[in-house]
Amino acid sequence: MIAVENLHKHFGGFHAVDGASLSFEEGAITGLIGPNGAGKTTLFNVIAGVHRPTSGRVTMGGEDITGLAPHDLFHKGVLRTFQIAHEFHSMTCRENLMMVPGGQSGERLWNTWFGRRRIADEERALRAKADEVLEFLTIQHLADQKAGQISGGQKKLLELGRTMMVDARIVFLDEVGAGVNRTLLNVIGDAILRLNAERGYTFVVIEHDMDFIGRLCGPVICMAEGRVLATGSLAEIKANEQVIEAYLGTGLKNRDKVSA
Amino acid sequence: MDFLNAIVALANYVLVPGIAYGSQLALGALGVTLIYGILRFSNFAHGDTMAFGAMVTVLLTWWFQSMGVSLGPLPTALLALPFGVLGCVFMLLATDRAVYRFYREKKAKPVILVIVSMGVMFIMNGIVRFIVGPDDQQFLDGERFLISARTFKEMTGLNEGLAIKSTQAITLVTAIVVVALLFWFLNRTRAGKSMRAYSDNEDLALLSGVNPERVVMLTWIIVAALATIAGVLYGLDKSFKPFTYFQLLLPIFASAIVGGLGNPLGAIAGGFVIAFSEVTITYAWKKVLGYLMPDNLAPDGLVQLLSTDYKFAVSFVILLIVLLFKPTGLFKGQSV
Repeated sequence: MIAVENLHKHFGGFHAVDGASLSFEEGAITGLIGPNGAGKTTLFNVIAGVHRPTSGRVTMGGEDITGLAPHDLFHKGVLRTFQIAHEFHSMTCRENLMMVPGGQSGERLWNTWFGRRRIADEERALRAKADEVLEFLTIQHLADQKAGQISGGQKKLLELGRTMMVDARIVFLDEVGAGVNRTLLNVIGDAILRLNAERGYTFVVIEHDMDFIGRLCGPVICMAEGRVLATGSLAEIKANEQVIEAYLGTGLKNRDKVSA
Repeated sequence: MDFLNAIVALANYVLVPGIAYGSQLALGALGVTLIYGILRFSNFAHGDTMAFGAMVTVLLTWWFQSMGVSLGPLPTALLALPFGVLGCVFMLLATDRAVYRFYREKKAKPVILVIVSMGVMFIMNGIVRFIVGPDDQQFLDGERFLISARTFKEMTGLNEGLAIKSTQAITLVTAIVVVALLFWFLNRTRAGKSMRAYSDNEDLALLSGVNPERVVMLTWIIVAALATIAGVLYGLDKSFKPFTYFQLLLPIFASAIVGGLGNPLGAIAGGFVIAFSEVTITYAWKKVLGYLMPDNLAPDGLVQLLSTDYKFAVSFVILLIVLLFKPTGLFKGQSV
């Protein structure tokens, strides 16, 4: 669905992404793993339009989307979440979700005074949708709480909820499980699987938790030093010598041997 | 009786002027704080924006007066005010197009934008003085007093009079209406919420459906309205002189920072803190103390802590104290 060709992103002399080529299949949940500094988040940022690549191309379904601005990509259904959850902290969770869809008529000053009925209709529909999303994510009790006051894990759920307010096609999740307790992680995992199955979302997940990856992901891509090291199923990746060297370490290999 | 006289004297010289001045500062500080929260820079041109909006209003007021249009007991300037706001909106949007947008697209650092706004300040300052001249301008008409000191004395039989100028009453009423409208707009409407969203988290706002250019435009429009209203109210209450608006920049910034930059509620509180400190510290307390203390203890001197010439020093000192002990301001704003 999204293909990255020979992508470079340099910050001064530092080559964060150094000639990465990879592709994400439509309808799959792809895992992106690799040691810290492998360029995973930078890759996300380049795809999501936060940074312009130094060189290389990003295409979606054959269309060149390299260097498009974040909100343009948003309208094409390319969404991302952040490693550290972002939220509009002074607004309630429901308002956070209601902010998401673009092009609302209430954004125009004129309509604020002269198009009140249309705004009210839109708001009612949005409110219903937001409540539905909150229920889907099992956080309906937080609807009227300020988003700045909920826990880190709940914020991650809210981020996931944001992608549900519009018809996303591909969602990039940056360490959605980091710092989240087990129970909540399961809720997040369930939500991802259901969105993938029921709504056909394509996901790309950066994650360090191998169990989480194993539960969700079909294809797994391992990056190191700005390049793609290996691609395949999790089992193949775990058995790959280079990956073990660069990322997983020999401990895992030994543990697998013991358990086998 | 002495006690009542003391209270009336205090109200007349401290309370009433303080409330009026505080409302004017609060409206000015709201503009500064909105620009800081949403566009993320300290707008040094704000004082001269106020002067520009007030100037347009003054010119139109003169025109209305020459045509014989008036609002009876209310100043004609209130009739010209909406047009002044429009003129100021036009000016700020043009400035944004010509100057700020270039730097925004380059994602310039806030420091650069501050310097840019200083350039804008000098140009606006020049334009205003070029058009109406540097002198004091009179544009107030209508009833001068709501209650004059003499009527008050006759009514109550006290020695002290309480005078409430109609401009002071108008200032307070207008400020309350404007602040109520602003908070309704920011908290209840989608347009206002998108402004708050942009202020809360710019990255996320860009990654959602918020249209950044529209948010910026809205901000300038609201700031223009706030600045013009603040400028006209100050001009009505004192007098319109372009250079005083430039000087007002310090107390306005002090108000915004004391209250917590980026926090609208803080800007209002800050405005009153600064106004009352200025007024109480530069007020000669001899009269009030004379009423309150026994005769043999009554002070001989003026008991004025600071001459009015130094009134700007007061806001500066409060600014320093707040920055030293509570850098995010009284209400939680962004730290500077």
